[in-house]
Amino acid sequence: MSTTESTNGALLSLRGITKRFGPVQALSDVTFDVPAGQVTALIGDNGAGKSSLIKTIAGLWSPDAGQMLWDGKPVRHTGPREAEAIGIKTIYQDLALCDNLDIVQNMFLGHERLRSRLLDEDTMEMAARQTLKELSVTTVRSIRQPVASLSGGQRQSVAVAKALINEAKLVIMDEPTAALGVAQTRMVLDLIKTLSGRGVAVLVISHNLNDIFEVADRIAVLYLGHLAVSGAASDFNRQSAVEYMTTGNATPAGAA
Amino acid sequence: MSTPPAEIKPTEGSESGLSDAELTSAAPEVLANSLREYLEASWRRIKGGESGALPVLVGLIAIGLFFQLENSEFLSDGNLVTLLGEAAIYIVIGAAETFVLLLSEIDLSLGYGVGVGGFAIAELIAPPVNLPWWLGVIGGVVAMGCFGLIQGTLITQLGLPSFVVTLGGQLALLGIMLELANVDPTAVGGVIQIDPNSPIYKLGSDSMSPSLGWIVLAVCIALFAAVTLNRNRSRRSRGLHTEPIGVSMLTILGVTVAGVVLMYICNANRSHFAVIHGMPWVIPFVLIIILAYSWLLSHTRTGRYVYAVGNNPEAARRAGIKVKWIVTLGFIMSSATAALAGVVYISQQGSVSTDIDGGGLVLYAVAAAVVGGTALFGGRGRMVNALLGGFVISVVYNGLAIMGVQPAVQDISTAVVLIAAVSLDAVVRRRAIVR
Repeated sequence: MSTTESTNGALLSLRGITKRFGPVQALSDVTFDVPAGQVTALIGDNGAGKSSLIKTIAGLWSPDAGQMLWDGKPVRHTGPREAEAIGIKTIYQDLALCDNLDIVQNMFLGHERLRSRLLDEDTMEMAARQTLKELSVTTVRSIRQPVASLSGGQRQSVAVAKALINEAKLVIMDEPTAALGVAQTRMVLDLIKTLSGRGVAVLVISHNLNDIFEVADRIAVLYLGHLAVSGAASDFNRQSAVEYMTTGNATPAGAA
Repeated sequence: MSTPPAEIKPTEGSESGLSDAELTSAAPEVLANSLREYLEASWRRIKGGESGALPVLVGLIAIGLFFQLENSEFLSDGNLVTLLGEAAIYIVIGAAETFVLLLSEIDLSLGYGVGVGGFAIAELIAPPVNLPWWLGVIGGVVAMGCFGLIQGTLITQLGLPSFVVTLGGQLALLGIMLELANVDPTAVGGVIQIDPNSPIYKLGSDSMSPSLGWIVLAVCIALFAAVTLNRNRSRRSRGLHTEPIGVSMLTILGVTVAGVVLMYICNANRSHFAVIHGMPWVIPFVLIIILAYSWLLSHTRTGRYVYAVGNNPEAARRAGIKVKWIVTLGFIMSSATAALAGVVYISQQGSVSTDIDGGGLVLYAVAAAVVGGTALFGGRGRMVNALLGGFVISVVYNGLAIMGVQPAVQDISTAVVLIAAVSLDAVVRRRAIVR
């Protein structure tokens, strides 16, 4: 298994991404691909550089060295707005929803539809309903209820729907199943599959190997800031994944 | 704790397939298909702590009954109109404070903002400047808006706490007000009189003729009914969930009754010596401000962003909202609105004086907003809350005055009532959060 891959068909390709914070080398020479229509799982121990990497992709900071290819073309965004503009949507652990706003208002926050410069609530409501339907989110009775009243899984659904309605091509999910119950985890995993089934590239960060092996098409393992390995999920098993995460290597039997 | 079955299968669990949390927090109109269901949903919300304006309404009725039993003069037509006039300034500064409270900030400079706004307008429309009254008002509003811009910029760009900046701002405005009185040779003893022929003077002293009042009321109710029914028809035709027709009718009926009662009270003769009747102009002036601000908050992007920033600035920032600008805008709006309160002040006093109680006014601003139901910690509240809250303050002051209570006791009693109202609100809302 090699750590460099061809850019064929990859929506996002990272080439030698490096990021330093003073003496701390957060990311060193990270190279891997995120293809469209597939779920790529990014795993690694605490401090392996997962958060640094997604923040780089999301445009919160720019890398010190290396290149990002988007649809084969080099991009270098200087802020999250630019990353969003090309279709990179990040769903952080804390979900970044406004509790006092309802589902529709949250889904369109920052991208409100207007009619004669005023909020076009009806159009937004219909579009929101359509998107939730496409994502098979059926557990919310009314999309006009404030998100404060929603369960963790439902909030996750709203966050995903928000990304989708704003024409996401790549959705980055940071620990989407953390702190969720069994049924809600089930719901979120289904959501991730639906999302990639619609041709969206999904990059999932998770500690939960059960969830990873259930939804991931591809797996990339970070170890101490560099990419230990990346490849098809079928090339991994639980043991090899854990070994890569904890040591950066795997015994030959595990690596398959 | 395991996940409730209602989570995955909406048909299980509670009868309607909703969790208790959903049932209590969702707006009644989104759950109800009939008037009866609507009322039931509303009641569940109240029990769940999402009481909205109800506590303040109940409190208002209780206080009103108390004063009426103490002195039957309280609910007389004449005194009710006086009450509405007295409430005007509390309502407008309450609306000013609402802008910043929604953003989880506070503006303590508003009290002397009323004074500076009042002085600026009074001097602009008097000799030697002699601007037309409306240009004078614009001048005062813009001047205060600039002051708000400075405060907002300091708060957002330097990351300073708003209470410190606006506390300093209060002192600065006091100084500016004294200086404005100082440089004006016509300000005798720190007082500028308003020309009794000026429309600004008449705003506070004159009334609509009763017939004009009825015509305006009829037009307003017709417009309200048309807008309500048209919106419902449009939503229904697009297959969106619409409030039951009975609810719309009941709302329109309620507005009509309230409007007719208000107009009837205003149009009764309230003088023992000559005939004085009609709605004081200051009432529509205040209602237009509240209506315009409500509309701004509910129908524009900026209004939506005010709520988003007030609840979760980080989420707002990630959504691409210019958080610092929205907060700055909140302070511009609060200061500019203080100048509008200055218009109410000088029109009712017939003059503006450096003796204005800016320190007291800012307390009323916060109290009017919070008593009415606007949260101190941002993201929750509406302009209509300031309307109700301002009314409560004037009822308490007026009622105590009619009872013949000493001013010192009036102040203490008002403080007790206001803090009690805020506490009641906090207790009711804590139930909503704990649940």
